[in-house]
Amino acid sequence: MKCRVCRGPAIIDLPRHNANFCVEHFVQLCLRQVTKAIDDFGMVSTSDRVLVAVSGGKDSLAVWDILNELGYSADGLYIGLGIGEYSEHSKEFAERFAQEKGLILHVVSLRSDYDFDVPTAAKTTGRVPCSACGMSKRHIFDQFALENGYDVLVTGHNLDDEVAVLFGNTLRWDVGYLSRQLPVLDARGGFPKKVKPLVRLSEREMAAWCVVRDIEYIIEECPLASGNRHLAYKEVMNQIEERSPGTKASFYLGFLDNMAPLLRDEHAKDLDSIGTCSRCSAPTGAADSELCAFCRLQERASQVDPIPVDLLLKKRRRS
Amino acid sequence: MNVILRNPNREISLSGGRTVRALLQELGLSREAHLVIRNGQLVPGDGRLEDEDTIEIRPVISGGV
Repeated sequence: MKCRVCRGPAIIDLPRHNANFCVEHFVQLCLRQVTKAIDDFGMVSTSDRVLVAVSGGKDSLAVWDILNELGYSADGLYIGLGIGEYSEHSKEFAERFAQEKGLILHVVSLRSDYDFDVPTAAKTTGRVPCSACGMSKRHIFDQFALENGYDVLVTGHNLDDEVAVLFGNTLRWDVGYLSRQLPVLDARGGFPKKVKPLVRLSEREMAAWCVVRDIEYIIEECPLASGNRHLAYKEVMNQIEERSPGTKASFYLGFLDNMAPLLRDEHAKDLDSIGTCSRCSAPTGAADSELCAFCRLQERASQVDPIPVDLLLKKRRRS
Repeated sequence: MNVILRNPNREISLSGGRTVRALLQELGLSREAHLVIRNGQLVPGDGRLEDEDTIEIRPVISGGV
């Protein structure tokens, strides 16, 4: 197999591009795809103060590395979610990367700073762990970005993540969620600007980026994510992709070109119905003077003793 | 060859050379969802794996979105 560009030995085959690439030209391809996403969607400029949501996984470390490589000034924020050893290991990878690259990594802990953790929140409220986790992360990343003067919050959502979410939203015809599924959400009433520079790159490409750049990341899956419906959607979409390379990119990018513009009114309606949390002042779908979903979660989960992740896993295995 | 699979971690031994594409197919693993790594280097689909190789098959899919 030869590199499409230089005819040297290839290290990766990318069926959706009908091409193979050597290390140098694969790196160039990734940088070009991120640059195109940033330019096409007006994501970020070199004068912006950028905060990257860092998990210690391949996507967040890759996007941080790529932004750094492209000359953007980006700090990271890691949130300790209290998911036992998994959280400890994730943090080590995030800290090691920041140290090696000389980048600033802020660290927030759900348990130390908010008096609860994801296993306890999931058990106390009966929420699916991924739901309690996602909601807590979104709240803390948003608040931290605003309170610390960052212009843009970057997340490592890749093409496969967006395709899985789009697939799920389409299966349910969830017009509200569909209208918000954009690579850029502009700053508005209590939310920072949020962008996803990896939307043109697949999960496999991001893992490959980490291998060729010698970036160590947490490979284990979160123990609480097993059975997550997005994993099932990804599996289905990958079966289709193998039969018909390019399907995932055309599904998502075609949605942005053809469908998202038709949903603009729905998105605007969604913005009108936002209130303010009476405790933390974060935006909330609840009526004014009520608590936002995060404060309600914190209120309940912080009143009980911490529940170890192993206990939650045992219960899940039994059910 | 010695094959190290991740998530969960396990090892299997296989005899006889084959391509990456053939190996993944034999193990029922999606090419879209895995990378094959030998001595820290990625090996593409038609890359040849030999008996003396130790390789890692790394899943690339993660659940959190």
